[in-house]
Amino acid sequence: MGKIHEKYLRMDKMPHIWCAGCGNGIIMGAFINAIDRLGYDKDEVAAVSGIGCSGRITGYMDFNTIHTTHGRALAFATGIKLAKPRLKVFVFMGDGDAVAIGGNHLIHACRRNLDMTAVIFNNHIYGMTGGQFSPTTFKNKNATTAPYGTTDPDFDIAQLCIGAGATYVARGTSYHARLLTDLIVKGAEHPGFSIIEVITHCPVNFGRRNNFESPAQMLLWQKEHGVAARKAKTMPLEDMEGKFTIGELYRSTEIPEYLEEYGRVIQAANEEKKQ
Amino acid sequence: MGKKRFNVTVDRTICKACGICVAFCPMSVFTTDHDDKAVVSVPERCTGCRQCELLCPDFCITVVQVEETADG
Repeated sequence: MGKIHEKYLRMDKMPHIWCAGCGNGIIMGAFINAIDRLGYDKDEVAAVSGIGCSGRITGYMDFNTIHTTHGRALAFATGIKLAKPRLKVFVFMGDGDAVAIGGNHLIHACRRNLDMTAVIFNNHIYGMTGGQFSPTTFKNKNATTAPYGTTDPDFDIAQLCIGAGATYVARGTSYHARLLTDLIVKGAEHPGFSIIEVITHCPVNFGRRNNFESPAQMLLWQKEHGVAARKAKTMPLEDMEGKFTIGELYRSTEIPEYLEEYGRVIQAANEEKKQ
Repeated sequence: MGKKRFNVTVDRTICKACGICVAFCPMSVFTTDHDDKAVVSVPERCTGCRQCELLCPDFCITVVQVEETADG
């Protein structure tokens, strides 16, 4: 392990329990690189996670951490940010956690535009519980609950968040680890609600049922199917079939940040008390 | 100015034998042992791109640039 890992990880909890080749470790590495680049003190960072394989991340990182209930990570994080605005709040959720169980929390967090950064680990499956299909499992892919392939169309998390009002939306992959670090840094610096969807891989519960022979093959799939957003604009639509865009997808500074708006409520209440 | 050299190490105790470093090293520095764990076979080929460090999910790999000495 490098010095950076020893600085930001809880070394007594290593090695982590994620499976061999799991993308979650790569994302955790990219995240601590981002924190290091941002220069945040460990005590000013709050990391909040939900339930699932991704939820384990808060146990491994040495910040102010909380491992919350299923789908409710954003609700806990909202409370933390409102109570202690000086904290840099990061939220970690899986695809099931963010868009199924916590789908409502996600869209309303996007709508409020509170200054937090959410990282969604999208591995297209419920990995921890044994490989049931999730809202982001691609159509016709196999899962334990879809042995003949899923019939449901999949959710596009990034587009969902843009629609719900998030002011910074980006998509990365676990293969493009350097890009992911850049996106997390930009998301953290953005004053408002930032979403970084990370396309990652579950070699055990998704890969083995869908003809991926190794974790490396799944990373290669990400490399071949992730198209830089800038390049995608110039590509014909048929070439984008089955592919996805990566990079910064949306940014807006026009919508006011929630703490600023809420500050006006606090001010009005204080003035009323004085009278 | 000579070629930069790098010291690549794999912590075998935490390597889970996923094969990612072996597959993605552009210079084929790694091979595998009898447990399929990564072994640094040809360290002199390393160009210091750090792809292995970034993609190792278990943080087993460290790449450190070797300080050049006066006699090379």
